[in-house]
Amino acid sequence: MQPERSIGEGRLARAALIGAAVLVAGVMLLLPLLVVFVEAVAKGLPYLKDALTDPDAQAAIRLTLLVAAIVVPLNTVFGLAAAWCVSHYRFTGRRLLVTLIELPFSVSPVISGLIYVLMFGLQGWLGPWLAAHDIKIVFAIPGIVLATLFVTLPFVARQVTPLMHAQGMEQEEAALTLGAGGWQVFFRVSLPKVRWALLYGVLLCNARAMGEFGAVSVVSGHIRGLTNTMPLHIEILYNEYNLAAAFGMASLLAFMAIATIGVRMALEWRHRRSLQLGTEAVWVQSL
Amino acid sequence: MIRIAGLTKGFGPTRVLDGIDLDIEPGSFVALLGPSGSGKTTLLRLLAGLERADAGHIEIGGLAATNLPPGQRRIGFVFQSYALFGHMTVFENIAFGLRVRPRRQRPNQAEIRDRVEGLLALVRLEGLGARLPAQLSGGQRQRVALARALAIEPRILLLDEPFGALDRQVRDELRAWLRRLHVELGITTVFVSHDQEEALSLADRVIVLHQGQVAADAPASRLRAGEISGFGADFLALNGTTQAAAD
Repeated sequence: MQPERSIGEGRLARAALIGAAVLVAGVMLLLPLLVVFVEAVAKGLPYLKDALTDPDAQAAIRLTLLVAAIVVPLNTVFGLAAAWCVSHYRFTGRRLLVTLIELPFSVSPVISGLIYVLMFGLQGWLGPWLAAHDIKIVFAIPGIVLATLFVTLPFVARQVTPLMHAQGMEQEEAALTLGAGGWQVFFRVSLPKVRWALLYGVLLCNARAMGEFGAVSVVSGHIRGLTNTMPLHIEILYNEYNLAAAFGMASLLAFMAIATIGVRMALEWRHRRSLQLGTEAVWVQSL
Repeated sequence: MIRIAGLTKGFGPTRVLDGIDLDIEPGSFVALLGPSGSGKTTLLRLLAGLERADAGHIEIGGLAATNLPPGQRRIGFVFQSYALFGHMTVFENIAFGLRVRPRRQRPNQAEIRDRVEGLLALVRLEGLGARLPAQLSGGQRQRVALARALAIEPRILLLDEPFGALDRQVRDELRAWLRRLHVELGITTVFVSHDQEEALSLADRVIVLHQGQVAADAPASRLRAGEISGFGADFLALNGTTQAAAD
């Protein structure tokens, strides 16, 4: 790529900046990831296999996948609905809603978890009522799902809103005049219009849902084989000085995250033509 | 026949349309002329069913249409920005109105292909069906938008500032072509313009809107012949002052 000459930064400055960026990314991002994978196989592959097939580890993997399977669809629907409201309607409280959607990003995950303990825990607001009806939320799977739901709520809405806002409503109106019904407009026009932003939001939401530690740690109760997700299980193994098993589990979690990025890249490559030309082009370039 | 009676529409405290009464003959080619804010686009959107009237009636072909949803009006609408579906090819854009029909009225694949190819030929875009809208020039996009609107065999064609975003040469070509197309198809056509010369050269009838009311209404032939003096003078004067203000 040719730099614009008038800006006036020399070749040297450019090389230094690129070099610094690559170095920081390498040391801060790539190296730790490599360490995880190296440590995972340090004691040999059979040991890694044992660590991953241990019943408690299996339960943690299943729970993490279950939580992601519940949370990601819910937050996708919510994110789309919220983005639609905020970008297409003008109403009092709109700004407040935008700020509220972002709240989970600014609140510490530990606090997000505590909120649920304070609401649904035994000493909490709804605790006595829940106990009387034998409903368990805190220190059980519903609590973990709720905490994860809260923490990952902004991802889809944040990705989709700016694009929806920029594209406006005219395509939807055109579809209406052509005889399309509400759902046809949604599935044939509105959804495809934002599909890349949506996909990106869903993948980020999924990665975070699988990896969330703080909020889940507060509400989980750390019951092995029952309420331990993968990140919690990794911490327990680590605290027990079972480093190889901890890194084994960590490498699996990291691999799941990398796989989602891989899916995204594969999709982007397959649809590169429409991506370069479509209405999302500006959005993609901003990534 | 389109009958508009007492049509009124406001957004918040501002009254954009204030008791419009109009009859539009079938097959006519009507220009709605007026400065921005005169309510001409709102009138077009009300006709298409994209806005709801506060008061008044719209009748199309003898049937009440005031509260008919846009999809049931069979009105082709060409947006100022064309509003093409960016993720669909030109072919799919034009086929959209056919594909979303209820199953029983939906043409089969071969019929859809024939119809779309026919429309592509009509708007002189043969062979460009596989392109995406972003790969077309402004004039080509305009014609795709027109073909897409024509695909539903509309009773009325509405065009919002159809040539606003095009450069002069393309604009002149498209005007002449649109005029021929109207003669050929005979569809009642209403277009919005702020350019008096464009309105006079294209339409059979020119209606001037000013502050939400019909300020003037005359056949274009008599205007061209100079038989009516002072037509839309208020509008012209206003245009002059807004121009001066913009300068």
